[in-house]
Amino acid sequence: MAATLKLEIVTPEAKTYSDDVEMVTLTGIEGEMGIYPQHMPLMTQLVAGEIIARKGAEVIYLAVGDGFVQITGDRVAILTDMAILAENIDEAKAEEARQRAESRLTEKITESEAAAAGAALAHSLAQLKVKRRTHK
Amino acid sequence: MPSTRDIRRRIKSVKNTAQITKAMQMVAAAKMRRAQSAALVGRPYAELMNAILTEAVQRITAFEHPLMTARPIKKRAIILVSTDRGLCGGLNSNLLREAGKLDKNTTVFVAAGKKGAQFVARTKRQLAAEFNYKDTPTFAEARAISQFAQELFLKGEADAVDILYTKFVSTLVQQPKLVPFLPVGKIQAVQAGIGDKTEELKPGVRTDTFEFEADEESVLGALLPHSLNFQMHQILLEAKASEQSARMVAMKNATDNAKQLIKDLTLEYNKLRQANITKELLEIASAQMAVG
Repeated sequence: MAATLKLEIVTPEAKTYSDDVEMVTLTGIEGEMGIYPQHMPLMTQLVAGEIIARKGAEVIYLAVGDGFVQITGDRVAILTDMAILAENIDEAKAEEARQRAESRLTEKITESEAAAAGAALAHSLAQLKVKRRTHK
Repeated sequence: MPSTRDIRRRIKSVKNTAQITKAMQMVAAAKMRRAQSAALVGRPYAELMNAILTEAVQRITAFEHPLMTARPIKKRAIILVSTDRGLCGGLNSNLLREAGKLDKNTTVFVAAGKKGAQFVARTKRQLAAEFNYKDTPTFAEARAISQFAQELFLKGEADAVDILYTKFVSTLVQQPKLVPFLPVGKIQAVQAGIGDKTEELKPGVRTDTFEFEADEESVLGALLPHSLNFQMHQILLEAKASEQSARMVAMKNATDNAKQLIKDLTLEYNKLRQANITKELLEIASAQMAVG
């Protein structure tokens, strides 16, 4: 029996993460779920937020945008717009991006800009959430 | 009759021009490779997306999505993917000639790149929005364009959205091409990499039996805009590769022309110099004869 899961995170711009881990926690459309090896095959939508992967004693935090998850018994494949490792998140930058996105949303703007700002806001919030947690 | 000094000055200026065009050629070559490899990086993403698409499509017999509804076309939107800068040969003129053929009254343009926006303004066509994209287009830039187009379509401001861009055939050949974007006719596999053909998803082979959460329709429905965003990103990358390779070729021609010009000018310069020497010798000789 496989004791590990292969966690793969791909974005259109890079393959952000690929490693064997023991457990993955992520937020799906119907709530948070923890995935262990031998999980039943599942496909679901991913909500922007954080992914926590456990590998031995190590805990890996990642911030992700919205996307999709494909789970097979030994593999978790995540398809998303954005994924960033907690240690690579620049908190000041994310905070700044959040404020910029928020102020842009409050201004009266066209809908295309609102959509872009909304997505940017979700991304920066996800990054901040992950970063603040790792600080504690 | 120019003096030797005039010719020398011209040679120097042409040499400088040749140096600049040579440098631009190198930069364009590097940027073209970068755009091409950026398109290939999307491959794992495309594979995974196709896997999910295939799985979802096989389970659904009748799928309806607002982005798939075909309506009688009264108003058409064109995403015009042009360049920001010139000096890339006939790339933009070829592209804009195609754009000029479209009906002025029923077409509204969404410009990506400055040249396209300028064209739309100059010819007094309708411009819905202008977007920018950088040398290596990011996914966020592509998503902004794609989302804007989807909204136009969903709000009924456009009954169809097409993309007009420059297809990368080879380093030497780039062609303007009009591809349909919305409505989504058939659900197709997405492709990463430049110059590849798209293939339709073939139902039948079931790899794994997946459970869908919440259900197949909602996953597929959410996946559709994502695949469109991805398609837009790939098109931007391809347009960028076309632009850079066109610029590379244009600059190579310019460098070659400058070199030829330098050669001609040097020949002329040498001829003139020799003529001057001969003239001076003759003068000395005739002066001696007059004295002796």
